Amino acid sequence: MRRNFDVSAIIIRGGRIIDPANKRDEIADLYIVDGKIVGSKSEIREAFTRRGGKSEIEEISARGLIVAPGLIDIHVHLREPGFGHKETIESGGRAAAVGGFTTIVCMPNTSPAADNPSTIAWIKDRAAAVACVNVLATGAISKNLAGEELAPIGSLAQAGVVAITDDGHCVQNHEVMRRAVEYARMVDLPVLDHCQDYNLVGTGVVHEGYWSTLLGLPGWPAAGEEAMVMRNILLAELCDHHIHCQHVTTIGSVRLLREARARGVKISGEVCPHHIALTDEAIQNFDTKCKMNPPLRSQADVNALMEGIADGTLSILASDHAPHADFEKEVEFDAAPFGIVGLETELGLFIDLLVHKHHKIDIARLIAMYTIEPARLLKIDAGTLSIGARADVTLIDPELEWTVRIDQFESASRNSPFNGWKLKGRAVRTIAGGKTIWKL
Amino acid sequence: MNQPKQNPPAAVLVMDAEEIRRALRRIAHEITEGNPQLEKVVLAGIPLRGVEIAQRIAAFIHDIENINVETGVIDVAMHRDDVGTRPELPVVHASKLPLPLEARTVIIVDDVLYTGRTVRAAMDAINSFGRPARIQLAVLIDRGHRELPIRPDYVGKNLPTATREQIQVRMQETDNQPDAVWLEGE
Amino acid sequence: MTTRWTRKDLLGLRELSADELNFVLETADAFKEVGTREIKKVPALRGKTLVNFFVEPSTRTRTSFELAAFRLSADVINISAANSSLTKGETLKDTARNLEALHADILVLRHSSAGAPQFLASRLKASVINAGDGAHEHPTQALLDLYTMRERRGKIAGLHVAIIGDILFSRVARSNIFGLLKLGARVTLVGPSTLVPREFEKLGVEVSHKIEDVLPKADAVNLLRIQHERQRREYFPGLGEYIRLFGLTKERAKLLKPECLIMHPGPINRGVEIDSDVADGLQSVILDQVTNGLAVRMAVLYLCGGIST
Repeated sequence: MRRNFDVSAIIIRGGRIIDPANKRDEIADLYIVDGKIVGSKSEIREAFTRRGGKSEIEEISARGLIVAPGLIDIHVHLREPGFGHKETIESGGRAAAVGGFTTIVCMPNTSPAADNPSTIAWIKDRAAAVACVNVLATGAISKNLAGEELAPIGSLAQAGVVAITDDGHCVQNHEVMRRAVEYARMVDLPVLDHCQDYNLVGTGVVHEGYWSTLLGLPGWPAAGEEAMVMRNILLAELCDHHIHCQHVTTIGSVRLLREARARGVKISGEVCPHHIALTDEAIQNFDTKCKMNPPLRSQADVNALMEGIADGTLSILASDHAPHADFEKEVEFDAAPFGIVGLETELGLFIDLLVHKHHKIDIARLIAMYTIEPARLLKIDAGTLSIGARADVTLIDPELEWTVRIDQFESASRNSPFNGWKLKGRAVRTIAGGKTIWKL
Repeated sequence: MNQPKQNPPAAVLVMDAEEIRRALRRIAHEITEGNPQLEKVVLAGIPLRGVEIAQRIAAFIHDIENINVETGVIDVAMHRDDVGTRPELPVVHASKLPLPLEARTVIIVDDVLYTGRTVRAAMDAINSFGRPARIQLAVLIDRGHRELPIRPDYVGKNLPTATREQIQVRMQETDNQPDAVWLEGE
Repeated sequence: MTTRWTRKDLLGLRELSADELNFVLETADAFKEVGTREIKKVPALRGKTLVNFFVEPSTRTRTSFELAAFRLSADVINISAANSSLTKGETLKDTARNLEALHADILVLRHSSAGAPQFLASRLKASVINAGDGAHEHPTQALLDLYTMRERRGKIAGLHVAIIGDILFSRVARSNIFGLLKLGARVTLVGPSTLVPREFEKLGVEVSHKIEDVLPKADAVNLLRIQHERQRREYFPGLGEYIRLFGLTKERAKLLKPECLIMHPGPINRGVEIDSDVADGLQSVILDQVTNGLAVRMAVLYLCGGIST
């Protein structure tokens, strides 16, 4: 068999390289050889000399752009296996690429649930075959996400999951949760939790407050989230292991997390774009595209989330990308499924809101919240432009003005409330493993 | 002549207050002559101006015969045949007729008689209250262009018109303007 | 003379202006008179088809709409959840579109989900009339309550109206609140703190948990039906305690001003929210409400069903 001596080499010229993992923020060129980051142009020449293959170099101009490590979204529902009519690993991967993501972490509420090693193996095989981005799997905390018996967490770890979570569900029994966290510590997997107290929330579908009172819709009280955030803080302390609170939405949750993190508790929280872009006022016409779990909250909650992002209490940004087919959302408000798609709009929304409109963080911190922060949480080899790292790179134009068009989504679903929104800032090119997988 | 400013300059005065007064007084005489049993007569006005005209005719009859003729209101909006075909709906009013109607003569009173459809609706409405001995029709203006086999028994003024023209009746009580009838062009 | 009524749907009172509310009430005056005629039927909606689409059971409201439609000469079909394709898994949207394909002109919808009428109204050419959606609105019930108060007391502005009972889950309460406030009434909600949360104050009403304080000041009391079904057990301990704290007993009724109206949307739980004799007493206008409901519903069907779309 003839060996391939060809060298793949890329120079990304003149961009502002922001690599929070290495505290790097400068205008410089970035060099890639054979899908890995290298330190200088001379290494490209060396590779050519050493291998003697074709010596073409792809030059990409990044003048005026930000050159960031490939972004990571740690909260994505890819719906396979089981719900391919909503999304597939392939279509979800394409949507991620459009959004600037090179690594996405998929949730286990599939059918069958990802509570066993064979489903994890299926997801990994499928992702390797069809996904243009890196797809990392999470495993369930409990069997069938029922919150009663522990899933085989050790076997899931061996199968390669990066975390355990019952996302979409929440383990109600504190004893079961405690043992899950203790067990996860043994196999060094972080625990991600969708914080929802079922008794307090009941049949709630929207934030309990002015609009739920006015519209007569069952309320989902802030305390229903905060009770579980508190529980997780206590268990993280008790078990000395990391618990990450998914999609945090309330003033109280932010306050609890801030206090606990100041004490050094291994607890963290993430924010989804819709929870700062919209308030519960958006539900007043019963638009099911504004029905999510946890629900859209009040303006005071939105303000608290932005403060939590600004002071570092909330350290990770994610989409909770939750695709649903039109026919599933085109029903009575009570009957509609929760969630919206987010991969293709989240970066634009966050840059627009956090950097441009409200000046809560700068673009470098925003990139850190999408790269090194999630990489550290999950202990994964991604989110940096270090020499030798896999060449996952996202080029971002933070000033580009664009309009969200759901009919142009790569996602198989269209359930977004942001159609027609004008945003400033977005990814313009996504490179995974040295290969451009999408560009504007 | 002092034209009200609500009317465009093209409007022509057809009847002034005195002419209207004389016309209604003549109708009152005719009703008196045509109905020997005046106590059986009901003057049923069609809102809005028909109601006012009915009351004025009743007052003239009282002047002439010293008899109080009963008046009533007969609303036609909910009996019309064009509901659902117009962008705007006619306002409905409560009808009010002395009951029972049996053995009575109901005289429908309106300001302008045109296609006859309103009168048809009024007869339909009256029938839902009972079965009067006879129904008659009194109008201030008959402008022609009937679309139904209806003719008035008492007419204040016959006024040949073109269909594109409009008749505007103004009365002090309903419009807060001096009594007048105007003919407007296109 | 024509009106400014331009709505094909009546979804709730929150979206109506004071002028529109008054206009519906005035229109209802005219239709109330039709009920006194020898022939209680007018041809206003002749040739129109009305579908009573009741996904949640109701006899009283459905019958009232049905009779109102008959008196307007519309043709009526009744569909309930039990005999609709919804039980076979058909979605609300598909069921409604099928009804429209049969040329239904007016859809009167009762549904357990708040917002279901909005959902259909935005997708159908037919008029959609909300006959009660979840705990959201029940506009025709509130209109007939307003009509009855206006008929008995001359006007709504300046009246102090107490709404007593399970406010949290009540669509009747919400529609009454919206309508009464728009027409200038003062509204006090009375009931246990679990069923009358303070959040309601943000809607512009007062909240009281002490019925004795409110009764002497009220110009009308509207008693809502109290149920103690499974899903309500966390909200109050039981009917006995409810009667002790909030029931309109004979003793408490003596606190009312003599001209104060006693109202109830029905069906009454005699001896629970209201004493049986009080319900039948001189101050009770409960049966007037039923009569007026017919006139109000005729007005609503005429206005929404009569405009060309």
